[in-house]
Amino acid sequence: MKLLAKGLILTAALGLAACSNPDRFGGNNVNLGGANGGIVPGSASDPTSPAFFQTAVGDRVLFAVDQATLSVEAQSVLSAQANWLSTNGSYSAIIEGHADEQGTREYNLALGARRAQAVQDYLIGQGVSPARLKTISYGKERPIQVCSDETCYSQNRRAVTVLSAGLSG
Amino acid sequence: MLRAMTLALSLLGFAAPAMAQNGPLRIEITEGVIEPLPFAIPDFVAETGGAGPLALEMARVVAADLQGTGLFREIPSSAFISGISSFGAPVQFADWRAINAQALISGAVSANGKQITVKFRLYDVFAGQEMGSGLQFQGTADGWRRMAHKVADAVYSRITGEGGYFDSRVVHVAETGSKADRKKRLAIMDYDGANVQYLTDSNAIVLAPRFSPTGDRILYTSYESGFPRIYALDVASVGKRELPIPQGDMAFAPRFGPDGRTVIFSLTNGGNTDLWRMDVTGAGAQRLTDAPSIETAPSFSPDGSQIVFESDRSGSQQLYVMPVGGGEPKRISFGQGRYGTPVWSPRGDLIAFTKQNNARFHIGVMRVDGSEERLLTASFLDEGPTWAPNGRVIMFARETQGAGGESSLYSVDISGRNLKRVPTTGGASDPAWSPLQP
Repeated sequence: MKLLAKGLILTAALGLAACSNPDRFGGNNVNLGGANGGIVPGSASDPTSPAFFQTAVGDRVLFAVDQATLSVEAQSVLSAQANWLSTNGSYSAIIEGHADEQGTREYNLALGARRAQAVQDYLIGQGVSPARLKTISYGKERPIQVCSDETCYSQNRRAVTVLSAGLSG
Repeated sequence: MLRAMTLALSLLGFAAPAMAQNGPLRIEITEGVIEPLPFAIPDFVAETGGAGPLALEMARVVAADLQGTGLFREIPSSAFISGISSFGAPVQFADWRAINAQALISGAVSANGKQITVKFRLYDVFAGQEMGSGLQFQGTADGWRRMAHKVADAVYSRITGEGGYFDSRVVHVAETGSKADRKKRLAIMDYDGANVQYLTDSNAIVLAPRFSPTGDRILYTSYESGFPRIYALDVASVGKRELPIPQGDMAFAPRFGPDGRTVIFSLTNGGNTDLWRMDVTGAGAQRLTDAPSIETAPSFSPDGSQIVFESDRSGSQQLYVMPVGGGEPKRISFGQGRYGTPVWSPRGDLIAFTKQNNARFHIGVMRVDGSEERLLTASFLDEGPTWAPNGRVIMFARETQGAGGESSLYSVDISGRNLKRVPTTGGASDPAWSPLQP
């Protein structure tokens, strides 16, 4: 399911790049396997693109129930995020903290803030400038999966690093 | 804009007194099991030409208010032996005793331009006498439901000895859209779901509104600026403004103090959420807690001297009470599970809360020292209790399970009886009950 979703995002990103930049490669656009090495700028295959960050690097980490501790797996994703951010210095990021629906609304807002902060602290620890990072919590207001069992809850207990162009104000 | 109405109240003259033949008509609503008290409410008498439709409708609203409490049972008019054809005529008590009507409510409505007057008398049928004096209320015709609620409040109050709660309103979050794309806006309505008015659009997430002590203003949390911030909204003008916050990433969970000026709220800074207080102008911000744990969902005691709030300083969400001026919080919840969203009763005697245990949610009440915990509800997700103005009924939000899950408002007596859905036009969450309207 997750892989399929990634595939769809990739396809969509390729489609978008093709539509919005019809002349990007001039007369060479029939030869994608040539000088460009198959990389369509802005697509998920372009390592400098937000799409690449989302899919290849991984834009999110997941948390245990009522916890904001970063797992080993989460730390490895965040290290990759920090690497990407250090080589793509024109991007800033808002880290969104989320909770699953098993909790009261205001507590979950605070819990989401804790999760976003844990991510921010880790990225700063890996050398990302604090000036490029902001946090926000959505508590349980923005689930991405809507079933009411652990398969969905585990995907909703997340912190997502959302890129934006330019330094955050 | 908002049915601004002046309700003039006046006493009517005494009806002919009769000797009481047994104890006074009375419902003790603290008793464990209650047989609803049978009452009759004939159509109100229309005393002027234009008052006919309202006379019928107002009697229906009064009947619905009383019956909705679960403490009263209306006797259908088909059982009536005699009627009330004139407000001043003597009551044929024998005819009402014969159908076992213990209480009889007679009323009359007159209209004069846009002004209407409703008057009523309450009779203790078996005592053969009037209970209290007749009352009359005057107001504009568009406020007719409020006038009917006032009649019902007076009847409820005389029979139970408790304050009423029918002439009150509920602010809440109206929800539309699928669970993955929920749209939220603030809405206000009468306690029974009538007269819905939307206060914000659905462009920004809004959460957890609360009334000022007089019901004229509302504090709530909105993402309007892109980040969670506190807003104050004037109910009459629907004008709103963002409250300045001292620092931090996120401000939420605002509540008015009983003085109508002090605001307590949660402020998140560096991922850590603490309680603060300030004046509603934003002046005098002062930190109330300073701990690495989550402190949120505060609620003032009615006398303004203490606050109850939730904190996970022990490792899980629990309830604490502390003096408003600061000081060591005292934990009051010790049962199994997690406790949140404490709300102090307007009577000062109880704290309502949300409890999570074994993957179920409950609304419960406990005494302010944490003793005598009682759970009133159980479901997949019940949360966010709010008190009726008389401290006898609690409203809360219940969300159903799964992808099609929807949130609705429910009310329940603090006895645990009379659980029922509150009618709303769509999904609804985060209810807050107003004080009784003046």
